[in-house]
Amino acid sequence: MTDTNSITESNIDTITESNTKNNSGSSNLKIVESDLKIENSFYSELSSQFPDKVQLVYTKPKRIKIYVKPENIIEVAFFLKSHFGLDHAESVCGTDYPNENVIEVIYHLNSYSREELSQIIFALSTKTDRNSSYLPSLLPVFKSVEYHERETYEMLGVYFKGHPRNERFLLPEDWADIPPLRKDFRIKGR
Amino acid sequence: MTNEFSESLEKKLEETTKLGLEVVKEAAEDRLMKLSVGPQHPGSGHFRFTIKIDGDYIVYCDPDPGYVHRGEEKMCEYRNFIQNIPHLERPVIHDSTNITYSYSLAVEELLGIEVPRRGQFIRAIASELNRQVYTLYWLAIYGIFLGHSTMFMWPAGDRELFIDLLTALTGARVTHAFNIPGGVRNDIPDGFKEKCLEYVNYFEKRLKEYENIFYNNPLFRQRTENVGILTKEDAINLGVTGSVLRASGVPNDVRKVEPYDVYNEIDFKVQYMKTCDSFARAYVPFLDMRESCHIIRQLLDKMPESGEVRMKLQSNPKGIPGEAYKRVESGRGALSYYIVSDGSSRPYRVKISVGSFRNILALPHLLVGSRLGDMPSIYWALNYWPVEADR
Repeated sequence: MTDTNSITESNIDTITESNTKNNSGSSNLKIVESDLKIENSFYSELSSQFPDKVQLVYTKPKRIKIYVKPENIIEVAFFLKSHFGLDHAESVCGTDYPNENVIEVIYHLNSYSREELSQIIFALSTKTDRNSSYLPSLLPVFKSVEYHERETYEMLGVYFKGHPRNERFLLPEDWADIPPLRKDFRIKGR
Repeated sequence: MTNEFSESLEKKLEETTKLGLEVVKEAAEDRLMKLSVGPQHPGSGHFRFTIKIDGDYIVYCDPDPGYVHRGEEKMCEYRNFIQNIPHLERPVIHDSTNITYSYSLAVEELLGIEVPRRGQFIRAIASELNRQVYTLYWLAIYGIFLGHSTMFMWPAGDRELFIDLLTALTGARVTHAFNIPGGVRNDIPDGFKEKCLEYVNYFEKRLKEYENIFYNNPLFRQRTENVGILTKEDAINLGVTGSVLRASGVPNDVRKVEPYDVYNEIDFKVQYMKTCDSFARAYVPFLDMRESCHIIRQLLDKMPESGEVRMKLQSNPKGIPGEAYKRVESGRGALSYYIVSDGSSRPYRVKISVGSFRNILALPHLLVGSRLGDMPSIYWALNYWPVEADR
């Protein structure tokens, strides 16, 4: 399609444009949308490994969400990494639910090393008490959560045990209010 | 007598050793110099990182973002699904179509609506044009970082072509507010298709000149080749995205792995390199621009001649209770929105996961152990936009 080799000498063999399977993603997509095969096989494998520790929240096309208790999250996360090849977290999101008195923290996991899984987002969810919000850090399992967890700490006040720096990151150093993404923090004048 | 003498000698020796140790310790501390790069540094943008250097080598780096933190996620909770669009594009105004793209996709899922086919094509065209605008701007700033003033002038000039196209399409130079849940704000104007083809054809010729002037420039190559090696394993572990990831040999592009809207009908290749250095990180966006020209041509070709471009929404639409996670490929990699709806007309929680925020994790990893002079070429090759990272 393009004249790929117009860049010179030394780099010719290193520059590749070969994503050989053109449009392979789209054909895969139709199968997945019709029967949620990959998503459901995920859960069945996971529940056979951890019979009463994991709980399915939903499966949608290319999305699966699973709830685990905080005490089990590290072993489940480690299994997800070593067994399925989910190697990084795209985002870590905390949501405040004052009516249920919980804060939910979701790790959106994805895989780069396994091409067939990189279309799927695996949401690993856990909940902690709003008044004493402590969770084990997933930093030993996923290096990529380092700054995301720091952000969750300052925005929602969830302390990650095992994380070396539960410190300010985006907020000003002299921030002296409650964590801003909690629902009882109101923007002034609103 | 001799005993006393030797005792005093030992005492003296002890004291001198103690003193010597202190001197050595002080000297070791003095060796390290702490430098604060930014937030007023002309190159760093609104971003500060602290480094410690030993001679010419960086031994410590601690990023400190947040100087332009606006609290976009909190602001979203106070406005309804439609009102959120104009302020959500502020974090990265040069790529404003892409940052509202995944928001629109997520809201569409929550509202249960579908975009008309012509609308999907116009959306994709606008986002491809906007990606060119962003990448050219990024390349121009990279020229400033490396002291290559032609490299600033050319992309900044050619960027105007695409800005003209987007102005004709949307009515605004940089902040378009063009994508809305349900489609795009307006149809394409008359004669847009021909003008767009003309500009894209011209730009492709310019890209060949770019290659000769910038990427084959011996000075540019010396400053970027074999600098800041990010291996494939490290790139995967650190969870970097976009051109940084593809420069480390992982052919991952959201448009390919999880095609949204009409991208599964488009024939294109994921551009990646295996050299893992700053040169690869600078060259992959260039390859992306070239591929983007093919994508735009195909989109213009396959677009239906007429039809609706947006689905009419009621004035204050209410979301279906639930959550949606959608992502698109922006100029800086995967850009995803996680939106929770509680059934009201406002989102309950919006989480924006941006490529820039994910890529800063690689900054300390790459800077520690490299030379101070390589700092600019490593930092800006990370395709990092400070305002977007802070949100």
